[in-house]
Amino acid sequence: MTRAPIVWRELAVLEIVEESAHAKTIVLDKSGWPGHRAGQHVDVRLTAEDGYQAERSYSIASAPEACELALTVERIDDGEVSPYLADELRRGDRLELRGPIGGHFTWRVEDGGPLLLVAGGSGLVPLMAMLRHRAARAAMVDTRLLASSRSWDDLLYRDELTQMSADDDVTIELTLTRMRPAGWTGPDRRVDTDMLTMLGPRVSERPRIFVCGPTAFVETVADALVGIGHPPAAIHAERFGPT
Amino acid sequence: MAPISRGFHGRRRRDVDPARIPPGQYVVDDFPVLSAGPTPRTPLDQWSFAIAGTVGSQVSWTWEQFVALPSETFTVDIHCVTKWSKLGTRWTGVAIDTLLEGVQTEAQFVTAWSDGGYTTNLSLRDLTAGRAWVAYSFDGKPLEPEHGGPARLLVPHLYFWKSAKWVRGLTLTAGDQPGFWEAAGYHNHGDPWKEQRYWSD
Repeated sequence: MTRAPIVWRELAVLEIVEESAHAKTIVLDKSGWPGHRAGQHVDVRLTAEDGYQAERSYSIASAPEACELALTVERIDDGEVSPYLADELRRGDRLELRGPIGGHFTWRVEDGGPLLLVAGGSGLVPLMAMLRHRAARAAMVDTRLLASSRSWDDLLYRDELTQMSADDDVTIELTLTRMRPAGWTGPDRRVDTDMLTMLGPRVSERPRIFVCGPTAFVETVADALVGIGHPPAAIHAERFGPT
Repeated sequence: MAPISRGFHGRRRRDVDPARIPPGQYVVDDFPVLSAGPTPRTPLDQWSFAIAGTVGSQVSWTWEQFVALPSETFTVDIHCVTKWSKLGTRWTGVAIDTLLEGVQTEAQFVTAWSDGGYTTNLSLRDLTAGRAWVAYSFDGKPLEPEHGGPARLLVPHLYFWKSAKWVRGLTLTAGDQPGFWEAAGYHNHGDPWKEQRYWSD
């Protein structure tokens, strides 16, 4: 595998899109970007006037095929970098970042399916890159997404997911754990073994599995998947946040 | 010279000594969990620790034998490549120097391997002279599975992915063989003070 060196680059901010009350997508000009695989992330570096710097990692939300590079950032209120990205950064600014980073939590159409994606909160971001990659390639890979969100309003990419679910080979299941719209008939509890078993694919179909979310979410889901009988090596996990 | 981020002031922590923070790192008070798959859970009666590879004869210990070895309790700062550092963490475990006592080898490199299939490579020099341990206790309590229990490697002078969780053995090798993250684009050595995060650093 040939790799481009992971060096700091300045990318121009083209647009900032509000995804929910807590999350924004930063759309960047891809000029000079070496390309990425769905599931990878970047390091973002901010520099204050006195030279002080802060670095954090953010998942790439856009497909490798997209014309622009998109990062979705959830605002952590007591954070150092995400409030700046969500509240201060504007179109026309330049953002310093490097990547792509991560070679394990990635999926390409060539890797095959079926695909099981399980997202907790903003853990949806790298999985969205996989769904967008699949759509960009018009691949007919059996794909199931289980997304856990606090509420409908907190769910990222609502409209796009609704559109994607019209694809016969895509099944999207949503569980809303705190607040539900009137008339909601879907699940309202945390992801559990029953939910994962109902959604499938079955163990015998040997799905490639990607789980991303807060640590406690990923621990619970990965344990449940092992309990159902999925081989641990088929379960790719990405955890964030405190224990 | 990095470009100034318009309107960014940062939130420096006044309660930590900047000399203890490697470049690009920030200090956390919690203990984040990073691993690439499910958490393996090996019962202690099926656990063993082995030193193998280019050694005169392989050595291994059961759990009971391992925790009966001379142990050390030590306090170190740890630095994860995902940018968090945790200062003053207290561990108990067995020094690699202790495990290698009596082991005859010409090897200069080591692959640490773990339950779940994880591997990481180190030079023997990075594992000896009191700089590395196999730790089974954190903060006075048995090490929790999500943090690598029952036992993990601890090499605090390198990024924390080198401190393999759920470690089960060391394979001594003549040549250097990239491990799991090292083969996936991360740096082969991983010195946080030189910010050796990725292969091209």
